[in-house]
Amino acid sequence: MTMSRDEIFQKVQEVLVDALGADEDEVTADATLMGDLGAESIDFLDIVFRLEKAFGIKVPREELFPAESLLNNPDLVSNGKLTEQGLAELRASVPHTDLTAFEADPDINKLANLFTVNAIVNYIDGKVNAS
Amino acid sequence: MRWIWIDKFLEFESGRRAVALKNVTLAEDHLHDHFPGFPIMPECLMIEAMAQTAGILVGQANDFREKVVLAKISKAVFFDFVRPGDTLRIEAQIGSIAPEAASTSGCILRDEQIIAEIDLMFSHVDQNLAGKKFPEENFVFTGLFTSLLRDIVLDAAASPAESA
Repeated sequence: MTMSRDEIFQKVQEVLVDALGADEDEVTADATLMGDLGAESIDFLDIVFRLEKAFGIKVPREELFPAESLLNNPDLVSNGKLTEQGLAELRASVPHTDLTAFEADPDINKLANLFTVNAIVNYIDGKVNAS
Repeated sequence: MRWIWIDKFLEFESGRRAVALKNVTLAEDHLHDHFPGFPIMPECLMIEAMAQTAGILVGQANDFREKVVLAKISKAVFFDFVRPGDTLRIEAQIGSIAPEAASTSGCILRDEQIIAEIDLMFSHVDQNLAGKKFPEENFVFTGLFTSLLRDIVLDAAASPAESA
């Protein structure tokens, strides 16, 4: 069964309202999870658990939020920025995320801005409508 | 776990759910301050009772290999005061469990009445993404609490054999 993007967005919005205690109108497509919605690391797991229940799918954490693990690898980060290799790994691991703005200045502090509501919707869209 | 805030387990289904009991008594010092002349159980200590019940449930699911720490109070809603003399039934169930963490949901009842609904998240601290190292020894599940589980888990383990 396919789901429209609107249906997916609504469910994702519900998940984020419950997991982060955010107001519905704060959870817009462009909102960043950490900056705008105040998510902390444990919240990412909470979100993963809730998405799995809401959509009846399995969500490997590193698939949805892969950038977290990249940050701990010295080959991939240098002087607070992702290296070429780091960028390549990031591109490969987040096909559902738009990286154009980030690639111009791959400051790892800006990685948080990549975790948007829209990135989750894209991920779920790919997952439930793939087959 | 350094102090025990539940009195015993009534039911324990490994990896699924647990029910614990706590008796509230005026012998607990803090009730005389909370509040003088009007003793009621602090709500944070109802969360503690749930955290111990659910935390032991999560820990036992992995044979206490993980250090299970309370990471998030996802929900805590209270419907009535708890007074000295009350017997609380603390029901916890595992929602999801992953290598790094687990989520639980549950409620606290007095007789048939729901007193609180409390959902929690626990982290397995050795699996943290920052790669931080913690002491080898499991400082969460010390010998203190094992007596709580000794009888009930053995019972649960023994029952399938008995029925076979």
